[in-house]
Amino acid sequence: MNRLLRFAHRWIVFAVAVVVWELLTRAAAHPYFSPPSTIAEAAVRLWSSDSLTEDIVPGIGRLLLGWAVAAVIGVVLGVLLGRSNTARLALGPVFNFLRSIPPPLLVPFFAATVGITRMQLPVIIFGAVWPVLLNTVDGARGVDSTKVDTARVFKLSRAQWLLGVVLPSALPKVFAGLRLSLSMSLILMVISELVGSLNGIGYQLALAKDNYDAPGMWAWIVLLGVLGYLFNSLLLLLERRALAWQPRHSLEARALATGG
Amino acid sequence: MKMLEVRGLGHTYRGKDGTHTAIDGLEFTVDPGELVCVVGPSGCGKSTLLRTISGLIKPTRGSVSLHGNPVDGVPSDLSVVFQDYSRSLFPWLSVTKNVEFPLRKLTRRNRTTRAAEALAAVGLDGAGRKYPWQLSGGMQQRVAIARALAYRPSLLLMDEPFASVDAQTRFELEDLLLRVRREQDTTVLLVTHDIDESVYLGDRVLVLSKSPATVVADLDVPLGQHRDQITTRSSDAFVDLRARVAGLLTSAPARVR
Repeated sequence: MNRLLRFAHRWIVFAVAVVVWELLTRAAAHPYFSPPSTIAEAAVRLWSSDSLTEDIVPGIGRLLLGWAVAAVIGVVLGVLLGRSNTARLALGPVFNFLRSIPPPLLVPFFAATVGITRMQLPVIIFGAVWPVLLNTVDGARGVDSTKVDTARVFKLSRAQWLLGVVLPSALPKVFAGLRLSLSMSLILMVISELVGSLNGIGYQLALAKDNYDAPGMWAWIVLLGVLGYLFNSLLLLLERRALAWQPRHSLEARALATGG
Repeated sequence: MKMLEVRGLGHTYRGKDGTHTAIDGLEFTVDPGELVCVVGPSGCGKSTLLRTISGLIKPTRGSVSLHGNPVDGVPSDLSVVFQDYSRSLFPWLSVTKNVEFPLRKLTRRNRTTRAAEALAAVGLDGAGRKYPWQLSGGMQQRVAIARALAYRPSLLLMDEPFASVDAQTRFELEDLLLRVRREQDTTVLLVTHDIDESVYLGDRVLVLSKSPATVVADLDVPLGQHRDQITTRSSDAFVDLRARVAGLLTSAPARVR
């Protein structure tokens, strides 16, 4: 009962918004604003066609692969850089310059260098690496001095130090970075597919627009929203498990603060 | 042979706004199996003393040797119990894993037995699977003590180990320390600012002066092996000694820098 109530509490505003949208769009009958019911029909039609294997799966594949590669690079480099003042000092300006470049601007560059059909992955990786990298650096830097002393006194090996002390210390920040990177990956996936690609969700979105297929366009937009929500929820679940060692209250406080 | 030999030990920090001499010309030794308390006014350089002895920082003058070997870097048979247990323990590891973590050179089975023994010695047999933050402060400090003991150090350094727990728990932990060092014959150097604690725990008490710290007195504590929070603390010998330490601390001359 309690669960049901909580579920209702969580979704009631969303449901009302959809109903209001339905009523308004039906009343207005504007060609560009489709009612949710029409969008749902279009979605069923589009998502169950060949598009599933030719556009949706490849799109999600790029998103996840790009994000994963960015995550690995970001965490590994971040842990190492976070513990080296010399490296951080020397690389700081370079990183700040590179991460200040709006990642979509790299679409033409990568399109020219690796080709329009293969540029999506590098675009995603380059754009998604910064949040993980910079957050990990920050987390790794912040290992408190007593833990540094403890590690030295007990003569921990380098692997123990980096994987057993620095990484777990940085983990809350790493996850904050991963979440930012994930939404960045989604954005870059769509943009790179919109601008130049022969398949993918962005490609289909552009196609629907060119065909004046408003419900179809909306259906792709809805899919992107659903994907973003789904992946973020999964990541949050993973984060809760990975950070289960944290005292309960701080986890809840953080979830509230970050809107999770 | 002496377990610990400190000769002419001095340390001067160099910062932007000049230099600060924290300790100067410290001389003392600790015999194997002894529990020596170092007591000094707050800010007198006790932490610097511990950090130079443990090899965490290199002193600018003098020498430290552990059973004859000069200390250069952290010796492999030394362990430390820090004041701040909540920062010193690893919150992402269970209690047992915290104790096992430094024992990487042992086989898995030896690690498990050693950790179990150490946890039993501090009365935490049942808490191995919990996380440190699920325990009270006193119990967390027991975990830190268990971790230090499982490491089987020749010398155990303790930096104000009971300063962050309430009075009742402090008494319990003091008795725990006395029992454990009796059972395991550990050599302990404990730093505190609490006069009563130094007298109650120590075989000897080293009284430090204000910063820069030097040893102003090296007192034997003739209270025997078996001590008790109530009878020992009310005995004449205890009361006399704590008065002497208190007198030395208040009159300890602050040297002109």
